[in-house]
Amino acid sequence: MLELKDICFTRENRKILDHVSLNIDTDKFVVITGPNGSGKSTLVKIIMGIEKPDEGKVLLEGKDITNLSIDERAKLGIGFAFQQPVKFKGITVYDLLKLSSGKEMNKKEACDILSKVGLCAREYVDREVNASLSGGELKRIEIATVAVRNSKFTIFDEPEAGIDLWSFQSLIKIFEDMRKIVKGTTLIISHQERILNIADEIILMKEGKIQAKGSKEELLGQVFGQSMCSKLGGDQENG
Amino acid sequence: MDKTDIELLHEITDMQGETFEGAYNIRKNGQGIERKVTDNINIVTKKDVSGIDIYVKENTKFEFVHIPVIITESGLNDVVYNDFYIGKNANVIIVAGCGIHNDHHKNSQHDGIHRFFLEEGAKVKYIEKHYGEGKGTGKRILNPVTEVHLKKGATLEMESTQIKGVDSTIRTTKGVLEEDTNFVVTEKIMTGGLQKARTIFEVELNGKNASTKVTSRSVATENSVQQFESKVTGNTQCFGHVECDAIIKDKAKVIAIPEIIANNVDANLIHEAAIGKIAGDQLMKLMTLGLNEKEAEEAIIDGFLR
Repeated sequence: MLELKDICFTRENRKILDHVSLNIDTDKFVVITGPNGSGKSTLVKIIMGIEKPDEGKVLLEGKDITNLSIDERAKLGIGFAFQQPVKFKGITVYDLLKLSSGKEMNKKEACDILSKVGLCAREYVDREVNASLSGGELKRIEIATVAVRNSKFTIFDEPEAGIDLWSFQSLIKIFEDMRKIVKGTTLIISHQERILNIADEIILMKEGKIQAKGSKEELLGQVFGQSMCSKLGGDQENG
Repeated sequence: MDKTDIELLHEITDMQGETFEGAYNIRKNGQGIERKVTDNINIVTKKDVSGIDIYVKENTKFEFVHIPVIITESGLNDVVYNDFYIGKNANVIIVAGCGIHNDHHKNSQHDGIHRFFLEEGAKVKYIEKHYGEGKGTGKRILNPVTEVHLKKGATLEMESTQIKGVDSTIRTTKGVLEEDTNFVVTEKIMTGGLQKARTIFEVELNGKNASTKVTSRSVATENSVQQFESKVTGNTQCFGHVECDAIIKDKAKVIAIPEIIANNVDANLIHEAAIGKIAGDQLMKLMTLGLNEKEAEEAIIDGFLR
Protein backbone atom coordinates (compact mmCIF):
# COMPACT_ATOMS: atom_id res chain seq x y z
CA MET A 1 0.00 0.00 0.00
CA LEU A 2 2.56 2.55 1.16
CA GLU A 3 6.27 2.14 0.89
CA LEU A 4 9.09 4.34 2.16
CA LYS A 5 12.49 3.67 0.62
CA ASP A 6 15.64 4.81 2.35
CA ILE A 7 14.27 8.15 3.60
CA CYS A 8 16.81 10.61 5.02
CA PHE A 9 16.01 13.99 6.53
CA THR A 10 18.62 16.20 8.16
CA ARG A 11 18.10 19.65 9.67
CA GLU A 12 20.64 21.81 11.49
CA ASN A 13 23.21 19.03 11.31
CA ARG A 14 20.85 16.64 13.07
CA LYS A 15 19.77 13.45 11.35
CA ILE A 16 16.06 13.40 12.06
CA LEU A 17 15.42 10.41 9.79
CA ASP A 18 18.30 8.11 9.03
CA HIS A 19 17.73 5.75 6.08
CA VAL A 20 14.19 4.77 7.02
CA SER A 21 12.51 2.09 4.93
CA LEU A 22 9.02 0.86 5.68
CA ASN A 23 6.12 -1.05 4.17
CA ILE A 24 2.55 -0.60 5.34
CA ASP A 25 -0.06 -3.07 4.10
CA THR A 26 -3.61 -2.33 2.98
CA ASP A 27 -6.39 -2.07 5.59
CA LYS A 28 -4.02 -2.24 8.54
CA PHE A 29 -4.27 -0.19 11.72
CA VAL A 30 -0.69 0.79 12.43
CA VAL A 31 0.63 2.75 15.40
CA ILE A 32 4.00 4.50 15.40
CA THR A 33 5.45 5.06 18.82
CA GLY A 34 8.77 6.03 20.29
CA PRO A 35 10.43 8.70 22.38
CA ASN A 36 10.15 12.39 21.61
CA GLY A 37 12.59 13.46 18.94
CA SER A 38 12.69 10.01 17.35
CA GLY A 39 11.39 11.34 14.01
CA LYS A 40 7.77 10.13 14.09
CA SER A 41 6.09 13.42 13.14
CA THR A 42 8.65 14.13 10.43
CA LEU A 43 8.05 10.69 8.97
CA VAL A 44 4.29 11.18 8.63
CA LYS A 45 4.76 14.73 7.30
CA ILE A 46 6.99 13.27 4.58
CA ILE A 47 4.23 10.81 3.68
CA MET A 48 1.74 13.70 3.33
CA GLY A 49 4.19 15.92 1.45
CA ILE A 50 4.34 18.59 4.16
CA GLU A 51 8.09 17.95 4.38
CA LYS A 52 10.34 16.82 1.52
CA PRO A 53 12.96 14.17 2.23
CA ASP A 54 16.60 14.90 1.40
CA GLU A 55 16.92 11.38 0.03
CA GLY A 56 14.67 8.43 -0.58
CA LYS A 57 11.31 7.71 -2.13
CA VAL A 58 7.68 7.54 -1.10
CA LEU A 59 5.46 5.11 -3.03
CA LEU A 60 1.70 4.79 -2.80
CA GLU A 61 0.33 1.63 -4.38
CA GLY A 62 3.56 1.33 -6.34
CA LYS A 63 3.41 4.90 -7.69
CA ASP A 64 6.29 7.23 -6.85
CA ILE A 65 4.72 10.25 -5.11
CA THR A 66 7.95 11.74 -3.69
CA ASN A 67 7.68 14.89 -5.78
CA LEU A 68 3.93 15.37 -5.60
CA SER A 69 2.43 18.32 -3.70
CA ILE A 70 0.24 17.99 -0.61
CA ASP A 71 -3.02 18.43 -2.53
CA GLU A 72 -1.99 15.96 -5.23
CA ARG A 73 -1.35 13.36 -2.55
CA ALA A 74 -4.66 14.20 -0.91
CA LYS A 75 -6.39 13.55 -4.24
CA LEU A 76 -4.63 10.18 -4.49
CA GLY A 77 -6.19 9.22 -1.15
CA ILE A 78 -3.91 10.28 1.69
CA GLY A 79 -5.59 12.00 4.64
CA PHE A 80 -3.87 13.80 7.49
CA ALA A 81 -5.11 14.86 10.93
CA PHE A 82 -2.87 17.54 12.40
CA GLN A 83 -1.43 17.33 15.89
CA GLN A 84 -2.49 20.93 16.45
CA PRO A 85 -5.82 21.44 14.65
CA VAL A 86 -5.75 24.58 12.54
CA LYS A 87 -8.08 27.45 13.45
CA PHE A 88 -9.77 29.76 10.93
CA LYS A 89 -11.67 33.03 10.94
CA GLY A 90 -15.12 32.87 9.42
CA ILE A 91 -14.92 29.26 8.21
CA THR A 92 -17.56 27.15 9.96
CA VAL A 93 -17.47 23.48 10.86
CA TYR A 94 -19.97 22.86 8.05
CA ASP A 95 -17.77 24.74 5.52
CA LEU A 96 -14.75 22.70 6.53
CA LEU A 97 -16.62 19.40 6.29
CA LYS A 98 -17.89 20.38 2.82
CA LEU A 99 -14.37 21.28 1.70
CA SER A 100 -13.11 18.01 3.18
CA SER A 101 -15.64 15.80 1.47
CA GLY A 102 -14.92 17.50 -1.85
CA LYS A 103 -18.56 17.22 -2.90
CA GLU A 104 -21.96 18.65 -2.12
CA MET A 105 -22.94 17.74 1.40
CA ASN A 106 -26.16 18.61 3.15
CA LYS A 107 -26.34 19.57 6.81
CA LYS A 108 -27.75 16.21 7.82
CA GLU A 109 -24.70 14.42 6.42
CA ALA A 110 -22.43 16.91 8.20
CA CYS A 111 -24.33 16.34 11.46
CA ASP A 112 -24.06 12.55 11.07
CA ILE A 113 -20.29 12.72 10.83
CA LEU A 114 -20.07 15.08 13.81
CA SER A 115 -22.18 12.70 15.88
CA LYS A 116 -19.77 9.92 15.02
CA VAL A 117 -16.90 11.86 16.57
CA GLY A 118 -18.95 12.52 19.68
CA LEU A 119 -20.11 16.10 19.10
CA CYS A 120 -23.70 17.19 19.54
CA ALA A 121 -24.02 18.06 15.88
CA ARG A 122 -26.64 20.82 15.93
CA GLU A 123 -24.58 22.86 18.40
CA TYR A 124 -21.44 22.67 16.32
CA VAL A 125 -22.24 22.54 12.64
CA ASP A 126 -22.59 26.33 12.22
CA ARG A 127 -19.85 27.36 14.61
CA GLU A 128 -16.66 28.89 13.36
CA VAL A 129 -13.55 26.74 13.58
CA ASN A 130 -11.83 29.29 15.79
CA ALA A 131 -10.34 29.72 19.23
CA SER A 132 -13.80 29.73 20.87
CA LEU A 133 -13.71 25.93 20.56
CA SER A 134 -11.82 23.93 23.18
CA GLY A 135 -8.82 21.75 22.38
CA GLY A 136 -10.93 18.60 22.66
CA GLU A 137 -13.66 20.01 20.40
CA LEU A 138 -11.11 21.06 17.78
CA LYS A 139 -9.57 17.57 17.90
CA ARG A 140 -12.93 15.95 17.23
CA ILE A 141 -13.63 18.34 14.35
CA GLU A 142 -10.17 17.59 12.96
CA ILE A 143 -10.94 13.88 13.09
CA ALA A 144 -14.31 14.49 11.41
CA THR A 145 -12.66 16.42 8.53
CA VAL A 146 -10.35 13.48 7.94
CA ALA A 147 -12.98 10.78 8.41
CA VAL A 148 -15.34 12.39 5.89
CA ARG A 149 -12.76 12.03 3.12
CA ASN A 150 -12.85 8.22 3.11
CA SER A 151 -9.15 8.23 2.29
CA LYS A 152 -7.30 5.04 1.43
CA PHE A 153 -4.52 5.96 3.81
CA THR A 154 -5.20 8.15 6.84
CA ILE A 155 -2.57 9.59 9.16
CA PHE A 156 -3.20 10.88 12.69
CA ASP A 157 -0.30 12.84 14.15
CA GLU A 158 -0.45 12.27 17.90
CA PRO A 159 -4.18 12.75 18.46
CA GLU A 160 -3.79 12.78 22.23
CA ALA A 161 -1.45 15.80 22.16
CA GLY A 162 -2.68 19.07 23.60
CA ILE A 163 -5.89 17.87 25.24
CA ASP A 164 -6.57 17.24 28.88
CA LEU A 165 -6.87 13.79 30.35
CA TRP A 166 -10.66 13.99 30.69
CA SER A 167 -11.17 14.95 27.07
CA PHE A 168 -8.80 12.22 26.04
CA GLN A 169 -10.69 9.55 27.95
CA SER A 170 -13.77 10.25 25.87
CA LEU A 171 -11.76 10.76 22.68
CA ILE A 172 -10.04 7.40 22.96
CA LYS A 173 -13.35 5.65 22.45
CA ILE A 174 -13.45 7.22 18.99
CA PHE A 175 -10.09 5.76 18.17
CA GLU A 176 -11.23 2.41 19.42
CA ASP A 177 -14.12 2.69 16.95
CA MET A 178 -11.78 4.04 14.29
CA ARG A 179 -12.16 1.09 11.99
CA LYS A 180 -15.86 1.88 11.67
CA ILE A 181 -15.26 5.57 10.92
CA VAL A 182 -12.12 5.60 8.82
CA LYS A 183 -11.90 3.23 5.91
CA GLY A 184 -8.65 1.84 4.50
CA THR A 185 -5.28 1.97 6.19
CA THR A 186 -4.77 4.03 9.34
CA LEU A 187 -1.43 5.23 10.64
CA ILE A 188 -1.42 6.84 14.09
CA ILE A 189 1.39 8.33 16.09
CA SER A 190 0.60 7.62 19.71
CA HIS A 191 2.09 6.94 23.11
CA GLN A 192 -1.15 5.72 24.59
CA GLU A 193 -1.37 2.11 25.65
CA ARG A 194 -5.09 1.91 24.78
CA ILE A 195 -4.32 2.93 21.22
CA LEU A 196 -1.32 0.61 20.99
CA ASN A 197 -3.64 -2.15 22.20
CA ILE A 198 -5.90 -1.89 19.17
CA ALA A 199 -3.06 -1.85 16.62
CA ASP A 200 -2.57 -4.57 14.04
CA GLU A 201 1.01 -3.50 13.90
CA ILE A 202 3.33 -1.34 15.99
CA ILE A 203 6.35 0.54 14.70
CA LEU A 204 8.86 1.56 17.31
CA MET A 205 11.13 4.45 16.37
CA LYS A 206 14.25 5.69 18.07
CA GLU A 207 16.82 8.28 17.01
CA GLY A 208 15.54 8.58 13.47
CA LYS A 209 15.42 4.87 12.81
CA ILE A 210 12.89 2.10 12.98
CA GLN A 211 13.98 0.05 15.94
CA ALA A 212 11.30 -2.61 15.68
CA LYS A 213 8.15 -3.44 13.75
CA GLY A 214 5.69 -6.17 14.55
CA SER A 215 2.36 -7.21 15.97
CA LYS A 216 1.21 -5.80 19.29
CA GLU A 217 1.78 -9.23 20.83
CA GLU A 218 5.38 -9.07 19.73
CA LEU A 219 6.05 -5.46 20.60
CA LEU A 220 3.87 -4.32 23.48
CA GLY A 221 6.16 -5.99 25.96
CA GLN A 222 9.14 -4.33 24.36
CA VAL A 223 7.48 -0.91 24.37
CA PHE A 224 6.22 -0.99 27.91
CA GLY A 225 8.69 -3.43 29.39
CA GLN A 226 11.78 -1.40 28.68
CA SER A 227 13.03 1.74 30.27
CA MET A 228 11.55 3.51 27.25
CA CYS A 229 8.12 3.32 28.83
CA SER A 230 9.13 6.08 31.19
CA LYS A 231 9.71 8.32 28.19
CA LEU A 232 6.36 7.59 26.65
CA GLY A 233 3.11 9.26 27.34
CA GLY A 234 4.05 12.32 29.33
CA ASP A 235 5.62 14.82 27.02
CA GLN A 236 3.67 15.88 23.97
CA GLU A 237 6.14 17.70 21.82
CA ASN A 238 6.75 16.89 18.18
CA GLY A 239 8.35 13.50 17.81
CA MET B 1 -34.50 50.21 -15.85
CA ASP B 2 -32.35 48.20 -18.25
CA LYS B 3 -30.44 44.95 -17.77
CA THR B 4 -27.31 46.68 -16.38
CA ASP B 5 -29.44 48.55 -13.82
CA ILE B 6 -31.09 45.36 -12.61
CA GLU B 7 -27.73 43.57 -12.44
CA LEU B 8 -26.22 46.40 -10.42
CA LEU B 9 -29.21 46.35 -8.06
CA HIS B 10 -28.81 42.62 -7.57
CA GLU B 11 -25.13 43.14 -6.70
CA ILE B 12 -25.84 45.67 -3.97
CA THR B 13 -29.19 44.56 -2.53
CA ASP B 14 -31.34 41.51 -1.81
CA MET B 15 -33.67 42.45 -4.70
CA GLN B 16 -36.15 39.72 -5.58
CA GLY B 17 -36.72 39.68 -9.33
CA GLU B 18 -37.20 43.33 -10.30
CA THR B 19 -38.76 44.78 -7.18
CA PHE B 20 -38.31 45.25 -3.45
CA GLU B 21 -40.28 44.30 -0.40
CA GLY B 22 -41.55 47.28 1.63
CA ALA B 23 -40.78 50.94 0.99
CA TYR B 24 -38.10 51.89 -1.52
CA ASN B 25 -36.48 54.67 -3.48
CA ILE B 26 -34.21 53.91 -6.42
CA ARG B 27 -31.81 56.63 -7.53
CA LYS B 28 -30.07 56.43 -10.89
CA ASN B 29 -27.48 58.87 -12.23
CA GLY B 30 -28.43 61.55 -9.71
CA GLN B 31 -32.24 61.28 -10.08
CA GLY B 32 -34.91 59.38 -8.19
CA ILE B 33 -36.49 56.95 -10.70
CA GLU B 34 -38.81 54.75 -8.64
CA ARG B 35 -40.38 55.10 -5.21
CA LYS B 36 -42.87 53.27 -3.06
CA VAL B 37 -44.08 54.28 0.39
CA THR B 38 -46.11 52.26 2.89
CA ASP B 39 -48.59 53.10 5.66
CA ASN B 40 -45.74 53.25 8.15
CA ILE B 41 -42.85 54.50 6.05
CA ASN B 42 -42.88 57.75 4.14
CA ILE B 43 -40.19 59.01 1.76
CA VAL B 44 -40.05 62.72 0.93
CA THR B 45 -37.75 64.50 -1.52
CA LYS B 46 -35.59 67.16 0.09
CA LYS B 47 -36.13 70.72 -1.08
CA ASP B 48 -32.80 72.38 -0.19
CA VAL B 49 -30.32 69.73 -1.30
CA SER B 50 -30.39 66.54 -3.34
CA GLY B 51 -31.70 63.63 -1.33
CA ILE B 52 -34.61 62.25 0.64
CA ASP B 53 -36.04 62.17 4.14
CA ILE B 54 -37.30 58.81 5.33
CA TYR B 55 -39.84 58.76 8.15
CA VAL B 56 -40.61 55.53 9.97
CA LYS B 57 -43.63 55.73 12.30
CA GLU B 58 -43.25 54.70 15.91
CA ASN B 59 -43.90 51.03 16.70
CA THR B 60 -43.44 49.99 13.06
CA LYS B 61 -42.36 46.36 13.22
CA PHE B 62 -40.13 44.42 10.84
CA GLU B 63 -40.54 46.49 7.68
CA PHE B 64 -37.95 47.04 4.98
CA VAL B 65 -36.63 50.24 3.43
CA HIS B 66 -34.46 49.94 0.31
CA ILE B 67 -32.68 53.03 -1.01
CA PRO B 68 -30.19 51.81 -3.63
CA VAL B 69 -28.18 54.11 -5.87
CA ILE B 70 -26.88 53.13 -9.28
CA ILE B 71 -24.58 55.06 -11.53
CA THR B 72 -24.05 54.10 -15.15
CA GLU B 73 -23.09 57.50 -16.53
CA SER B 74 -19.34 58.14 -16.76
CA GLY B 75 -18.15 61.48 -15.43
CA LEU B 76 -21.03 61.92 -12.97
CA ASN B 77 -20.32 63.32 -9.51
CA ASP B 78 -23.40 62.57 -7.43
CA VAL B 79 -23.78 63.87 -3.89
CA VAL B 80 -26.88 62.85 -1.95
CA TYR B 81 -28.15 63.60 1.55
CA ASN B 82 -30.51 61.02 3.05
CA ASP B 83 -31.92 61.43 6.55
CA PHE B 84 -33.71 58.66 8.43
CA TYR B 85 -36.08 59.49 11.24
CA ILE B 86 -36.96 56.31 13.11
CA GLY B 87 -39.89 56.58 15.54
CA LYS B 88 -40.05 55.22 19.07
CA ASN B 89 -39.79 51.42 19.37
CA ALA B 90 -39.84 50.94 15.61
CA ASN B 91 -37.88 47.97 14.28
CA VAL B 92 -36.83 48.14 10.63
CA ILE B 93 -34.25 46.86 8.18
CA ILE B 94 -32.72 49.46 5.89
CA VAL B 95 -30.77 48.41 2.82
CA ALA B 96 -28.66 51.02 1.07
CA GLY B 97 -25.72 50.78 -1.26
CA CYS B 98 -24.24 52.05 -4.44
CA GLY B 99 -23.31 50.25 -7.61
CA ILE B 100 -21.26 51.99 -10.28
CA HIS B 101 -20.88 50.73 -13.82
CA ASN B 102 -18.26 52.77 -15.63
CA ASP B 103 -17.13 51.68 -19.09
CA HIS B 104 -15.53 54.99 -20.02
CA HIS B 105 -12.51 57.10 -19.17
CA LYS B 106 -14.13 59.73 -16.95
CA ASN B 107 -14.42 59.24 -13.19
CA SER B 108 -17.78 58.36 -11.64
CA GLN B 109 -18.31 59.38 -8.05
CA HIS B 110 -21.05 58.96 -5.47
CA ASP B 111 -20.94 60.50 -2.02
CA GLY B 112 -23.89 59.36 0.07
CA ILE B 113 -24.36 61.19 3.34
CA HIS B 114 -26.72 59.20 5.54
CA ARG B 115 -27.91 60.44 8.91
CA PHE B 116 -29.89 58.25 11.28
CA PHE B 117 -31.96 59.67 14.13
CA LEU B 118 -33.32 56.88 16.28
CA GLU B 119 -35.91 57.70 18.93
CA GLU B 120 -36.12 55.83 22.23
CA GLY B 121 -36.17 52.06 21.95
CA ALA B 122 -35.90 52.02 18.15
CA LYS B 123 -33.98 49.23 16.43
CA VAL B 124 -32.43 49.40 12.99
CA LYS B 125 -30.44 46.95 10.98
CA TYR B 126 -28.63 48.89 8.28
CA ILE B 127 -27.02 47.02 5.40
CA GLU B 128 -24.81 48.90 2.98
CA LYS B 129 -22.98 47.40 0.04
CA HIS B 130 -20.67 49.10 -2.41
CA TYR B 131 -19.72 47.71 -5.75
CA GLY B 132 -18.01 48.87 -8.92
CA GLU B 133 -17.68 47.36 -12.38
CA GLY B 134 -16.93 48.30 -15.98
CA LYS B 135 -14.05 48.16 -18.42
CA GLY B 136 -13.24 51.87 -18.66
CA THR B 137 -10.21 53.64 -17.24
CA GLY B 138 -12.49 56.12 -15.44
CA LYS B 139 -12.30 55.65 -11.70
CA ARG B 140 -15.19 54.48 -9.54
CA ILE B 141 -15.17 56.55 -6.38
CA LEU B 142 -17.43 56.20 -3.34
CA ASN B 143 -17.25 58.28 -0.20
CA PRO B 144 -20.09 57.26 2.11
CA VAL B 145 -20.73 59.13 5.34
CA THR B 146 -22.92 57.57 8.02
CA GLU B 147 -23.97 59.54 11.08
CA VAL B 148 -25.85 57.76 13.83
CA HIS B 149 -27.70 59.40 16.72
CA LEU B 150 -29.14 56.97 19.24
CA LYS B 151 -31.60 58.00 21.94
CA LYS B 152 -32.17 55.99 25.11
CA GLY B 153 -32.48 52.25 24.51
CA ALA B 154 -31.98 52.48 20.73
CA THR B 155 -29.88 49.99 18.76
CA LEU B 156 -28.33 50.23 15.32
CA GLU B 157 -26.52 47.37 13.69
CA MET B 158 -24.63 48.29 10.55
CA GLU B 159 -23.15 45.91 8.01
CA SER B 160 -20.96 47.51 5.42
CA THR B 161 -19.43 45.60 2.53
CA GLN B 162 -17.16 46.65 -0.30
CA ILE B 163 -15.75 43.65 -2.05
CA LYS B 164 -15.10 44.64 -5.63
CA GLY B 165 -14.32 47.32 -8.10
CA VAL B 166 -14.18 50.54 -6.08
CA ASP B 167 -11.01 52.49 -6.91
CA SER B 168 -11.09 55.02 -4.14
CA THR B 169 -13.16 55.29 -1.02
CA ILE B 170 -13.23 57.24 2.20
CA ARG B 171 -15.83 55.77 4.50
CA THR B 172 -16.73 57.84 7.49
CA THR B 173 -18.97 56.52 10.25
CA LYS B 174 -19.86 58.59 13.30
CA GLY B 175 -22.00 57.72 16.28
CA VAL B 176 -23.35 59.67 19.25
CA LEU B 177 -24.80 57.32 21.84
CA GLU B 178 -27.09 58.08 24.75
CA GLU B 179 -28.10 55.89 27.69
CA ASP B 180 -28.55 52.09 27.20
CA THR B 181 -27.80 52.23 23.49
CA ASN B 182 -25.86 49.83 21.31
CA PHE B 183 -24.11 50.51 18.02
CA VAL B 184 -22.64 47.50 16.24
CA VAL B 185 -20.63 47.88 13.04
CA THR B 186 -19.29 45.10 10.85
CA GLU B 187 -17.19 46.21 7.94
CA LYS B 188 -15.76 44.06 5.18
CA ILE B 189 -13.44 45.43 2.55
CA MET B 190 -11.40 43.89 -0.20
CA THR B 191 -9.09 45.92 -2.38
CA GLY B 192 -6.80 45.10 -5.30
CA GLY B 193 -4.92 46.80 -8.11
CA LEU B 194 -4.14 50.39 -7.19
CA GLN B 195 -7.29 50.82 -5.12
CA LYS B 196 -7.33 52.92 -1.99
CA ALA B 197 -9.72 52.55 0.93
CA ARG B 198 -9.80 54.60 4.08
CA THR B 199 -12.17 54.01 6.96
CA ILE B 200 -12.78 56.60 9.63
CA PHE B 201 -14.79 55.54 12.59
CA GLU B 202 -15.71 57.85 15.47
CA VAL B 203 -18.04 57.07 18.32
CA GLU B 204 -18.90 59.05 21.41
CA LEU B 205 -20.30 57.03 24.27
CA ASN B 206 -22.17 59.69 26.23
CA GLY B 207 -24.91 57.83 28.09
CA LYS B 208 -24.64 55.31 30.90
CA ASN B 209 -24.39 51.73 29.56
CA ALA B 210 -23.87 52.89 25.99
CA SER B 211 -21.90 50.29 24.06
CA THR B 212 -20.30 49.88 20.67
CA LYS B 213 -18.65 46.99 18.91
CA VAL B 214 -16.83 47.51 15.65
CA THR B 215 -15.40 44.63 13.65
CA SER B 216 -13.45 45.42 10.53
CA ARG B 217 -12.23 42.59 8.35
CA SER B 218 -10.29 43.45 5.28
CA VAL B 219 -8.17 41.89 2.58
CA ALA B 220 -5.66 44.05 0.73
CA THR B 221 -4.08 42.57 -2.40
CA GLU B 222 -1.71 43.64 -5.22
CA ASN B 223 -0.71 47.30 -4.82
CA SER B 224 -3.76 48.49 -2.92
CA VAL B 225 -3.62 50.57 0.25
CA GLN B 226 -6.03 50.51 3.18
CA GLN B 227 -6.16 52.68 6.23
CA PHE B 228 -8.37 52.06 9.23
CA GLU B 229 -8.75 54.83 11.78
CA SER B 230 -10.97 54.53 14.79
CA LYS B 231 -11.62 56.78 17.71
CA VAL B 232 -13.91 55.76 20.53
CA THR B 233 -14.51 58.17 23.38
CA GLY B 234 -16.03 56.95 26.64
CA ASN B 235 -17.50 59.78 28.67
CA THR B 236 -19.34 57.70 31.26
CA GLN B 237 -19.86 54.10 32.33
CA CYS B 238 -19.79 52.45 28.92
CA PHE B 239 -18.25 49.72 26.81
CA GLY B 240 -16.41 49.96 23.51
CA HIS B 241 -14.68 47.22 21.53
CA VAL B 242 -12.94 47.80 18.22
CA GLU B 243 -11.41 44.92 16.32
CA CYS B 244 -9.49 45.46 13.10
CA ASP B 245 -8.29 42.33 11.35
CA ALA B 246 -6.56 42.48 7.98
CA ILE B 247 -5.08 39.96 5.57
CA ILE B 248 -2.34 41.41 3.43
CA LYS B 249 -1.02 40.02 0.15
CA ASP B 250 1.44 40.90 -2.60
CA LYS B 251 2.64 44.52 -2.32
CA ALA B 252 -0.41 45.89 -0.51
CA LYS B 253 -0.23 48.17 2.52
CA VAL B 254 -2.51 48.26 5.53
CA ILE B 255 -2.41 50.89 8.23
CA ALA B 256 -4.45 50.63 11.44
CA ILE B 257 -4.61 53.64 13.72
CA PRO B 258 -6.43 53.01 16.96
CA GLU B 259 -7.48 55.69 19.37
CA ILE B 260 -9.48 55.05 22.51
CA ILE B 261 -10.17 57.83 24.96
CA ALA B 262 -11.56 57.17 28.42
CA ASN B 263 -12.84 60.29 30.16
CA ASN B 264 -14.45 58.34 32.96
CA VAL B 265 -13.12 55.70 35.34
CA ASP B 266 -15.99 53.35 34.39
CA ALA B 267 -15.37 53.54 30.67
CA ASN B 268 -14.22 50.13 29.43
CA LEU B 269 -12.60 50.44 26.01
CA ILE B 270 -10.71 47.83 24.00
CA HIS B 271 -8.95 48.07 20.68
CA GLU B 272 -7.54 45.03 18.93
CA ALA B 273 -5.73 45.20 15.61
CA ALA B 274 -4.03 42.43 13.67
CA ILE B 275 -2.48 42.55 10.20
CA GLY B 276 -0.80 39.59 8.58
CA LYS B 277 -0.60 37.33 5.59
CA ILE B 278 -2.67 34.15 5.29
CA ALA B 279 -1.40 31.70 7.88
CA GLY B 280 0.69 28.91 6.39
CA ASP B 281 -0.95 26.26 8.55
CA GLN B 282 -4.40 27.25 7.23
CA LEU B 283 -3.21 26.80 3.64
CA MET B 284 -1.60 23.51 4.54
CA LYS B 285 -4.72 22.15 6.22
CA LEU B 286 -6.89 22.92 3.21
CA MET B 287 -4.28 21.43 0.87
CA THR B 288 -4.42 18.18 2.84
CA LEU B 289 -8.14 18.23 1.98
CA GLY B 290 -7.26 18.29 -1.73
CA LEU B 291 -7.46 22.03 -2.51
CA ASN B 292 -4.57 23.49 -4.47
CA GLU B 293 -2.83 26.56 -3.08
CA LYS B 294 -4.99 29.03 -5.03
CA GLU B 295 -8.25 27.30 -4.11
CA ALA B 296 -7.17 27.14 -0.46
CA GLU B 297 -6.37 30.85 -0.44
CA GLU B 298 -9.78 31.67 -1.96
CA ALA B 299 -11.59 29.52 0.61
CA ILE B 300 -9.75 31.25 3.47
CA ILE B 301 -10.53 34.74 2.12
CA ASP B 302 -14.19 33.87 1.39
CA GLY B 303 -14.63 32.67 4.97
CA PHE B 304 -12.81 35.65 6.43
CA LEU B 305 -14.97 38.15 4.56
CA ARG B 306 -18.27 36.38 5.00
